[in-house]
Amino acid sequence: MYQYDSYDQAMVDARVEEFRGQVARRLSGELTEDQFKPLRLKNGLYLQLHAYMLRVAIPYGTLSGKQMRLLGDIADKYDRGYGHFTTRQNIQYNWIKLDDTPDILADLATVEMHAIQTSGNCIRNISSDHFAGAAADELVDPRPYAELLRQWSSFHPEFDYLPRKFKIAVIASDTDRAAMRLHDIGIQMVANEAGEIGARFYVGGGMGRTPMIAPVIREFVPALQMISYAEACLRVYNRYGRRDNKYKARIKILVHEIGADEYRRQVEEEFAHILTLGLEPPQAEFDRIAAFFADPGFESGLSDAVDRSDPDFALWLDQNTAAHKQPGYAVVVISLKPTGGIPGDASADQIRLMGDLGTAYSLDELRVTHTQNIVLPHVKKADLYTLWQKLDVAGLASANLDLISDIIACPGLDYCSLANARSIPLAQKISKRFADMDRQRDLGELKLKISGCINACGHHHAGHIGILGVDRKGTENYQLSFGGSEAADTSLGVITGPGFSEDGVVDALEKATDVYLTQRSEGERFLDTYRRIGMAPFKEAIYG
Amino acid sequence: MKILTGNDLGSGDVVWWDGKGWSRDVNDAVDVGDAADAILAAEEAARRVNASYAIAATQTADDVRPAHIKDRIRALGPTVRLDLSLRPGDPDAAKQVI
Ligand code: HEM
Ligand code: SF4
Repeated sequence: MYQYDSYDQAMVDARVEEFRGQVARRLSGELTEDQFKPLRLKNGLYLQLHAYMLRVAIPYGTLSGKQMRLLGDIADKYDRGYGHFTTRQNIQYNWIKLDDTPDILADLATVEMHAIQTSGNCIRNISSDHFAGAAADELVDPRPYAELLRQWSSFHPEFDYLPRKFKIAVIASDTDRAAMRLHDIGIQMVANEAGEIGARFYVGGGMGRTPMIAPVIREFVPALQMISYAEACLRVYNRYGRRDNKYKARIKILVHEIGADEYRRQVEEEFAHILTLGLEPPQAEFDRIAAFFADPGFESGLSDAVDRSDPDFALWLDQNTAAHKQPGYAVVVISLKPTGGIPGDASADQIRLMGDLGTAYSLDELRVTHTQNIVLPHVKKADLYTLWQKLDVAGLASANLDLISDIIACPGLDYCSLANARSIPLAQKISKRFADMDRQRDLGELKLKISGCINACGHHHAGHIGILGVDRKGTENYQLSFGGSEAADTSLGVITGPGFSEDGVVDALEKATDVYLTQRSEGERFLDTYRRIGMAPFKEAIYG
Repeated sequence: MKILTGNDLGSGDVVWWDGKGWSRDVNDAVDVGDAADAILAAEEAARRVNASYAIAATQTADDVRPAHIKDRIRALGPTVRLDLSLRPGDPDAAKQVI
């Protein structure tokens, strides 16, 4: 894992003290809320429905056991005993007191963490493949590149007042586990014909009220030039992005309005200019960063055999583990989606336990996934059964990864001041209605995503089934859509028709899954059947 | 009726104007009539409240009910964590605010 050098630490420590002063001035009345709000947002502090909310950055979703344990401690010490893991691989605390915030940030700084650039119109925390460094199918580990981007984008003065927020994701395999093409910039690390590593740039994706899939802007940028290329992409955006209208201010609108070709032309022009300045990071600096992500001392010669005699364990093993690049190891996904639970929420005890298990069984590493689950990336197959037993005792062994109950849901109207409708109670109802695990497995991979408003924090546009909460004359109403995906086959969902009440939408879901069960061909997922047969049969079943 | 709400500056708690100060309990909220802007300006300036605003509500026999669902949820707490709400012992609390 990356470790702070003295610059990183000094920057973060200085920021904590700066914010301490700002909070004191707000509390003493020297600063009005209008003056203070941009300052607190720079430090991840929002004001939500019930209290302040603090969003902590987890760069590319990677954590050590110690960091995870501290996140648990913060939940106990300063919040109400739990935290919410988000679709941007971060964690949010819902009950923060303003007076405590400087101390929380100081605690975070002791384990090389912070809340910087988790809000505001800047480059946000960079996300990545949650299986990075472990996946059997990756070309290289994407995290050194993500880290390079993190260092470049942290406090970058030119990009501190962008027209709007800016989100970057970096992956390095053809299986997209990071919704890469739905980011402002999506980067896939690829190899050219000479076998050199470089970055393929997708620019102008996003969700929100105008969802768009990012087009390729350049097929191959040599690895050490990727910062300069990203700089060129942002510079064009910074210059021409729509500052006049918040709803048209994201880069996707610019790319869409001027067209990918014209945008590319301008970026290339800027890029050519930047290259003349010789600002590329030296190879030695990249090597220094990459060394932090070297394989963490895998044992060799381990057996791949796993004793499957406990049937419950075998189900979890098949559903919640993935292939590891090192023989004898597996990638484990801990589901934060128990039946009737709150997607992404974990108690302080659960968070600390996962930290301990990460230390004991996963070479001290954990990941947060954009699907609001936790990954232990490097578990010896020989340890899987013991690990599963420990997870089970703590209510963390739901064997539902990628099934209908592995729901992404944003905080919605239970917590969020922008919401139109609640998301969480709906997720709870759905997971209860489909609680039968045999039925869930029969339905197979089915990605259900719920947002409480059009901002789409719950990725509903990209759900095989998406649900969007809307306000219909003061009551909660839900729009259903089918056909979205945020994997390598990225697509945007299509609305089925008129919306539903909370119970109505659960009934409609059941009818839709029945259509799938009767119509599917061998090996087809819900998404595949929908793509083949189209909306009509589903519509008929739901509204007919 | 017209009532005032906001968050406590330091704790972030949801609060309601009770005529003299700010209460955690929506049922303490009083009708402010035309005085909303003046009260809010004075209270914000004195840092007794943050992000305050006026809303419509109705007074029933036993409670004050904000007109909008968002403020009813603010008054109660998250409907999915009633244990953390202002009515932890009342299983029907969520239904009543919707
Ligand atoms: C509760 C406080 C939150 C607020 C006020 C908030 C606000 C917003 C807004 C305004 C947008 C739309 C931006 C635009 O299109 O220009 C947005 C998008 C988004 N938010 Fe949130 N959000 C919150 C919580 C979350 C949570 C909990 C998650 C993760 C579960 C999240 C992840 C995202 C993602 C992935 C998008 C869409 C992708 C994009 O277009 O950038 N947000 N959010
Ligand atoms: S989608 Fe809307 S309701 Fe949900 S967290 Fe985002 S802003 Fe809030």
